[in-house]
Amino acid sequence: MPLLEVKDLQVRVEDREILHGLSLTVNKGEVHAIMGPNGSGKSTLSHVIAGKPGYEVTGGEVLFNGENLLEMEPDERAAKGVFLAFQYPVEIPGVATMNFLRTALNAQRKARGESEFSTPEFLKKVRGVAKSLNIPQDMLRRGVNVGFSGGEKKRNEILQMALFEPALCILDEMDSGLDIDALRIAADGVNALRSPERAMVVITHYQRLLNYIVPDFVHVMSRGRVVKSGGKELALELEESGYAQFEDAA
Amino acid sequence: MNVVLAKTETGRAVDNLFTPVRDRLPGTGKVAELRRQAFEAYEHSGLPHRRVEEWKYTDLRVLLREVRPLAGRPDAAALQHAKAALKTVAIDGATKLVLVDGVFAPELSDAAPQGVSFRSLREALGGGASDLLEASPKDAMISLNAALVTDGVVVAVADGAALTAPLQLIHVATAANASAFTRSRVEIGKAARVTLVENFVATDSAKAYQVHDAVLLSVGDGAELTQVRLLADSADAANISSAIFDVGGKVKFNLFNMTAGGAVSRYQGFVTFSGEGSELNINGVNLLRGKQHGDTTLVVDHAVPACTSREVFRAVVDDRAHSVFQGRIIVRPDAQKTDGKMMTRALLLSDEAEADNKPELEIFADDVTCGHGATAGALDESLLFYLRARGLPEKEAQALLIQAFVGEAIEGIADENLRETVMATAERWLEARA
Repeated sequence: MPLLEVKDLQVRVEDREILHGLSLTVNKGEVHAIMGPNGSGKSTLSHVIAGKPGYEVTGGEVLFNGENLLEMEPDERAAKGVFLAFQYPVEIPGVATMNFLRTALNAQRKARGESEFSTPEFLKKVRGVAKSLNIPQDMLRRGVNVGFSGGEKKRNEILQMALFEPALCILDEMDSGLDIDALRIAADGVNALRSPERAMVVITHYQRLLNYIVPDFVHVMSRGRVVKSGGKELALELEESGYAQFEDAA
Repeated sequence: MNVVLAKTETGRAVDNLFTPVRDRLPGTGKVAELRRQAFEAYEHSGLPHRRVEEWKYTDLRVLLREVRPLAGRPDAAALQHAKAALKTVAIDGATKLVLVDGVFAPELSDAAPQGVSFRSLREALGGGASDLLEASPKDAMISLNAALVTDGVVVAVADGAALTAPLQLIHVATAANASAFTRSRVEIGKAARVTLVENFVATDSAKAYQVHDAVLLSVGDGAELTQVRLLADSADAANISSAIFDVGGKVKFNLFNMTAGGAVSRYQGFVTFSGEGSELNINGVNLLRGKQHGDTTLVVDHAVPACTSREVFRAVVDDRAHSVFQGRIIVRPDAQKTDGKMMTRALLLSDEAEADNKPELEIFADDVTCGHGATAGALDESLLFYLRARGLPEKEAQALLIQAFVGEAIEGIADENLRETVMATAERWLEARA
């Protein structure tokens, strides 16, 4: 059974249809890249999978391990193993990062019927992950993402990804706002999480990110649907010829 | 015509209350005369209503309708119940001063520590201390309090005394359908360091009672005072509290008020700076649900130069509850170098929740920094989604954001134990919501 199956998905925002019958199948262990010009519906796809309010699904389905994802609340999806690394992680003043991480992790474990982590167990786990991502302890004491640089915010997303150990990671424009060094650290963090048990969907406008996170499959989106799929070489082809050809095709 | 009728009705309610109890009220001679005058002042206007500007959002003729009769003296059983209720709020090591149904209860209170002198208001009024009934702001409820007050505490902290434990003034209600009228005076000596905690609690037997309290507080030059008020009245109770502060020079004064109980509450504080170079922080949190009505009204009078005042107020309003914040900052012509700011924010958790914010600045000096801000709105959807996408169920995600919201007002409490007590109160409120 595929981990994620998106079948003929149609999505509206207010009166505008953004996705017009998008299909995508992702199996465990695979890394898929979704590329496409601005406005092609890449972020909409990630939001609908994560359960962001404000999107109306007018047709099609999204199955996760064979279960209807669209019927689940966002927190149920997270507990089942869906993780969206946000393009623009929000700042939450007054909620200490450590407290947030523990509350979220234990909420997910509780939803799965697992025991909650004790404080020492939790601290040990977080510190280990933080160290590998070069995240200083001081950052963990601050409010969630408050005063973080762009790179720090992205690293904080990857920290959560490492901590929650999701089955499916969706990385929405992870490279936006990052310089090359920050990008490398973030990509190393992501690569460390690649595993035969985990799938990743990497959404990006630019091929650059895919030099660091090398995908197994590349899909080109244009005007709300996948117009071409192929191997990693497709990304290079796009870098050469641009998106224009696909916009015409769509 | 309606006004006259309403006044007559409320006037009669009090008259029926006042005349039979006059002989029970402590104090003779000048004290009795001041009571009579105070009662007349009250009777002239009756319960404040929406056409009285200061009470515009808290119409007591609608919310209280009448003043309940004075509670009787608590008997042995009532004191026993009060003792049990105390345990829920008593702070370890604090010097407890306990008032039960408006009467000082020595058997439940602690002895005054070194540097603190103490007597009951009843004793003080019996000794002719008529100044205890004189208070400057012209307000019907302060007048009514002066007319009917039965007891309270009169505390003086000596100059230079640094109290290691908080003074904890606990009001316990045990009687049903009755009023407690209390008034206390706290004098903080020069350079003294004091933490004062006020609690309002009730036993299970206390239903539909009314608290009418007044505190006269003076802070000597160079003193440091932390004051925390926690209202946890029963769900059908009313609490009308007034506080009149006289703040000397070079004082550091932090006041925190939390209203999480009671059907109707009004906390009105009147602060006057009488010495230069003082710093005042007033923070407040209202946590209201159901049909609760909570009003915090503050008047900060910069009568002298070079004082700083900060007001941070947070209201969390659910269901059909109604929160009111009125903040007035007055800067007198001589009060140059005044720095006065207030910021009030309300979080509305339901479509029917209501929050009224009324900031007022009256500035008569030209070299000052003053400002205010007020916002009201719902929880930020993008923050909620972020938390939910990380696995937090809706109520838990909301609770985390609400805690952060009120935390901005609570974090100003320097004493860690008190801060945690206040935060725990907020957490219990949130848990009850889930």
